[in-house]
Amino acid sequence: MLEVRDVSVSYGAIKALHGVSLTVEQGQIVTLIGCNGAGKSTTLRAISGLVKPSAGSIHFEGKPVSRMPPHEIVRLGVVQAPEGRGIFSNMTVRENIDLGAFTRSDKHAIAADREKAMELFPRLRERISQNAGTLSGGEQQMLAIARALMARPRLLLLDEPSLGLAPQIVQTIFKIIRELNAPPPRGAGTTILLVEQNAHMALNIAHHAYVLEVGAITMQGPAAQLAASDEVRKAYLGGR
Amino acid sequence: MDTFLQTLKDALAIGSLYALIALGYTMVYGILKFINFAHSDVVVLGAWGSLVLSRWLEARTGSTWTTDTPAPAYIGLLVLLAAMVFCGLVGFTIERLAYKPLRKAPRLNVLITAIGVSLFLQNTGQLESLFGNRPRSIPALLPDQTLVSIGRVNVTTLDVVGLGTAVALMVLLEWLVFHTKMGRAMRAVSHNTTTASLMGVPVNRVISFTFVLGSMLAAAGGFLWSLKYQQIGQTADTSWTLLGLKAFVAAVVGGIGNVRGAMVGGLAIGSLEMFGCAYYKSSMADVYVFGVLIVVLLFRPGGILGKATIEKV
Repeated sequence: MLEVRDVSVSYGAIKALHGVSLTVEQGQIVTLIGCNGAGKSTTLRAISGLVKPSAGSIHFEGKPVSRMPPHEIVRLGVVQAPEGRGIFSNMTVRENIDLGAFTRSDKHAIAADREKAMELFPRLRERISQNAGTLSGGEQQMLAIARALMARPRLLLLDEPSLGLAPQIVQTIFKIIRELNAPPPRGAGTTILLVEQNAHMALNIAHHAYVLEVGAITMQGPAAQLAASDEVRKAYLGGR
Repeated sequence: MDTFLQTLKDALAIGSLYALIALGYTMVYGILKFINFAHSDVVVLGAWGSLVLSRWLEARTGSTWTTDTPAPAYIGLLVLLAAMVFCGLVGFTIERLAYKPLRKAPRLNVLITAIGVSLFLQNTGQLESLFGNRPRSIPALLPDQTLVSIGRVNVTTLDVVGLGTAVALMVLLEWLVFHTKMGRAMRAVSHNTTTASLMGVPVNRVISFTFVLGSMLAAAGGFLWSLKYQQIGQTADTSWTLLGLKAFVAAVVGGIGNVRGAMVGGLAIGSLEMFGCAYYKSSMADVYVFGVLIVVLLFRPGGILGKATIEKV
C-alpha cells in the first residue's frame, strides 16, 4: 500500500534521513520505533508531504506522492495525527473534529462519522462545545485521532500517540488503535503506521516493525520476532 | 448636545472606515504574521478606481453628476462592486508575485518587500498615463439629502449609506470567518499552517483568498472615503499615508490578528480622534491616535481583544 524507497531528507546542512526504506501492507499495523531524534517524525513528515525528500521516492498505491502538496496527499487517504497533537486551541472540539472532514462535502455522512468518533471517544462528546485548548493531554490526543478519522483515512499515520500521557490513558489509546485496525465488522480495518518511543506497547500491537537509528533503518521484521530479539530488548525494552 | 451628536456621527463614519481597512491588515497578519504595508495603497487604488470608472460612466452617458443632480443609485453600487473586484484582483496579483515566492524566507524580507510594493504603487500611480500627480474630484454618486434632523444635526443619505455599507460588509465578513468552511480553514491556517495542511486545507489557496478578501474591503474603504471627501489626492499623498497608518493603529489597538478586534479598534480610534478634536484641540488629531498606540503597547500590548501571549521558554 505504501512504499518508501531510499528516502533521504535534509534540514539545511543536517541530514535527518539517509536512505530509509519501508513498506506498509494493507490491513496491517506497522510500527516505526527508535530514540528521540532518530528521524521517526521526519519519516512521517516526508510521507505527508511536509518535507520534500532530497533523494528516493514514496508511492501510495502505486502513485508517486513525494512531490505532492500535503493537502492532496490527505485527499488520497493518507492522514496524519501529528506529534504534540496539533490541536486548534482557538476553536471548539466540534470545530476541530469538523476540520478533519475538510476534504469531504457529504454532510450526512460527516455527521454520521462524527457520531461514530464520539462513540469511540465518549469524553469528546462531553466536551464538544468546549474550547479545545482546555482539554487534558489525553483528551487532546483523543481529539487528534478522532479528527484524523474524520477524513476517512485509508492509511492512518500516528506520531507518538503515547507521548506525555499517563499509563492508563496510553492503554486506552492503544486499545482504540487496535480496534480501528480490526477488520470489519468489529473495526474499520484501517491500515496504520505507528511511530512510537514506547517500543513495548508498539511492538505489542503491531504486525511488522522497523527500528530507526540516526536516520537509517537498522532492523526490521515481524513485531513479535523483533520483540524477542536480544538487541531490541536491550536497547528499547529495558531488558538485559 | 448638538456637538456630541455631530461628533458621534463623524466618529461612526470615520471609525467604520478605519475598521474596514484595519480588517485587511489584521487578516493578513493573522495568517502570514507580517504587516502588509502595501495594504493602504490598495485603498488608494479603490478610491482612484472608483473615480476613473465614474468619470468614464459620466462621459459615456453624457451627463454631469453634481450634488444637485447626482448619479442614479445603481451607478454607485456598480462602481463600488467594480472597485472591489478590481482591488481583489490587485491583491491576488500582489500576493502571487511579491509575497508567495518568499513564503519560506525570514519575515523581515517579506516586510521589506511589502514596503517596496507600497512605493511601487504610490509612484506608478502618479504617472500621467495613470492617475497623474494632482488631486481630482469624484462625481457625486449620491444625493446629499437630509433624511432626519436631530436638533441641529442633519443625518444625510451619504451618512446612512456610508455607515450602512461598512456595517453590512463587516457583518458579511464575520459570518464568513466564523460560520463557513472557508472561514474555518482561514482560522486553522492562522493558528498553525502545518497542521491545517494535514487536515487537507489547501494553504496557498486560503492565503490568496485572504488577500482578495482584505483587498476588497480596502476597495470599499477607498470608495467610501472618496464619497465622503470627494477630493482625492494623488497616490502618494500624505492623507493616504495617514489613513493607512491610523487603520493600522486601529488593528493593533483592537488586537492584531483578531477580526472582531479590528472592528472594535476602528471605532475606538475614530471616536478618540473625533471627540478629541471636538472637545479639545483639533490640531492634535494625529497625536491622540498615535498617543493611544503608545499607551496600548505599553499596558496592553495584545490589544483590546487580543489575548496575552505566553512566551514559552
